[in-house]
Amino acid sequence: MAASSKKPAAKSGGSKPSSGAGKSDQGKSLLPEAVQVSDLHKSFGSLEVLKGVSMTAREGDVVSMIGSSGSGKSTFLRCINLLEKPSKGEISIGGEAFRFKRGPGNELEPADKKQVQRLRSSLGMVFQNFNLWQHMTVLENVMEAPVQVLGLTKAEARDQAKEILERVGMADKHDAYPGFLSGGQQQRAAIARALAMEPKVMLFDEPTSALDPELVGEVLKVIRSLAEEGRTMILVTHEMKFARDVSSHVMYLHQGMVEEEGPPKKVFYEPVSERCREFVKSIH
Amino acid sequence: MVWDWLPEYAPRFVEGFWITIQLLAMSVCFGMLLAVPIGLVQVTGPRPLAWLARGFCTSIRGTPLLIQLWLIYYGLGSVFPSFPEIRQSFLWPYLREAFPYAVFAFTMSVAAYSGEVMRGAFQGVPKGELEAARAVGMGSFKMLYRIWLPRALQNVFPTLAGEIVLTLKATPLAATITVYDVFGVGTIVRQETYRVYEPLLLVAAIYIFLTIIIVLFMRYLENRIPTPAR
Repeated sequence: MAASSKKPAAKSGGSKPSSGAGKSDQGKSLLPEAVQVSDLHKSFGSLEVLKGVSMTAREGDVVSMIGSSGSGKSTFLRCINLLEKPSKGEISIGGEAFRFKRGPGNELEPADKKQVQRLRSSLGMVFQNFNLWQHMTVLENVMEAPVQVLGLTKAEARDQAKEILERVGMADKHDAYPGFLSGGQQQRAAIARALAMEPKVMLFDEPTSALDPELVGEVLKVIRSLAEEGRTMILVTHEMKFARDVSSHVMYLHQGMVEEEGPPKKVFYEPVSERCREFVKSIH
Repeated sequence: MVWDWLPEYAPRFVEGFWITIQLLAMSVCFGMLLAVPIGLVQVTGPRPLAWLARGFCTSIRGTPLLIQLWLIYYGLGSVFPSFPEIRQSFLWPYLREAFPYAVFAFTMSVAAYSGEVMRGAFQGVPKGELEAARAVGMGSFKMLYRIWLPRALQNVFPTLAGEIVLTLKATPLAATITVYDVFGVGTIVRQETYRVYEPLLLVAAIYIFLTIIIVLFMRYLENRIPTPAR
């Protein structure tokens, strides 16, 4: 498959030379780290969902996380912006590590709420269920965080929001309330809402899993265009072909551990792990 | 039917009408201000506050409003004068009246009933929308007043409209502690003219009128944000 090796190489090729093996993300890169996670553990009660997962995403990287349900990939993503509190491990965004303290039950607690809010505002999160604010129009949804969190004026935020909505193909839906939109439209609006914060990194948590099959394409198209403009993205997905085409790095998680990782070509076509081979075979 | 008493008493009905409106408006405003934290702490904790809020709701909702009103007016109202500090304070001219005690009693009632409504309302807001607010970097307070509270209110608007109407129709109880609201004026007319039905009919018509106004107003507020039919 030509596409599989061409896409990521084309995306990162301008700034970092990719080796013949397509291992652009494994060589010594000059680009700074956008997200670095090391040895992340997460337990819900006695159930250990993540058993030490590490990840580095450099600027411009598109990291896809695949794996079956319950493998911990969504939990991992939600730990990056602390929607879930990790039990152990380190997370840094743009070189700045989240500061933790030990809570009463010896679990990790964020030590500095302001820091958490600041770092979160540099991460754009897109959810499986869109999670648009239902009491606001699409335009208001996109304007809300820039006004309330970044302190833009309403006029600035409105201009910016219109521009972004235009980019995701929602220019004609400014004044619609989310409840009246299709899933695909809602998800594109949700992507616009995340983009309005001008995030350093976009986090996608199964962005197409709640969509009717015929609506998946329009959302993937938007995500692909973001990847092509060189945005740093971490993507949890079940869309194997999409992950293969847009990613610079793919991680296959199984039972809370990284079972296989590398460039898409390796993970999808030459996996070492038998389990991974089994998992990705649907793509062939 | 004999209505010849009406011109003579009309000015008093107008006064009574305003008393009713004031009583309702103040009770609903203060009551809702209390209902929001009462509902919220039951969802977010901390535990002791949640228990306190639950206990408050249970005791207010579990006892007749008339008894609360009388306990407050005849109880508090008779304790206050025994404190010279209160008698000499600037509040005394108000505390001598029955009206503030009525407002207090109805406020507690609205707080308890609407507090329960708000508890459900806060719980009913999808968690994801709150996560989205946190994910963009909103602090807890900003998330509350920009996202959580408006979303919660939107869900329970019809229920709150019902609570307001019920409160309106409970306000005649204030007449039992010498607050001359519309109902109280009607009672005066009955006592002075020996007309039984006409004043009652007039009073009933006024309550219906007020109810319709409230319902229309709340419907207007509700419809400002369209929700798809499910």
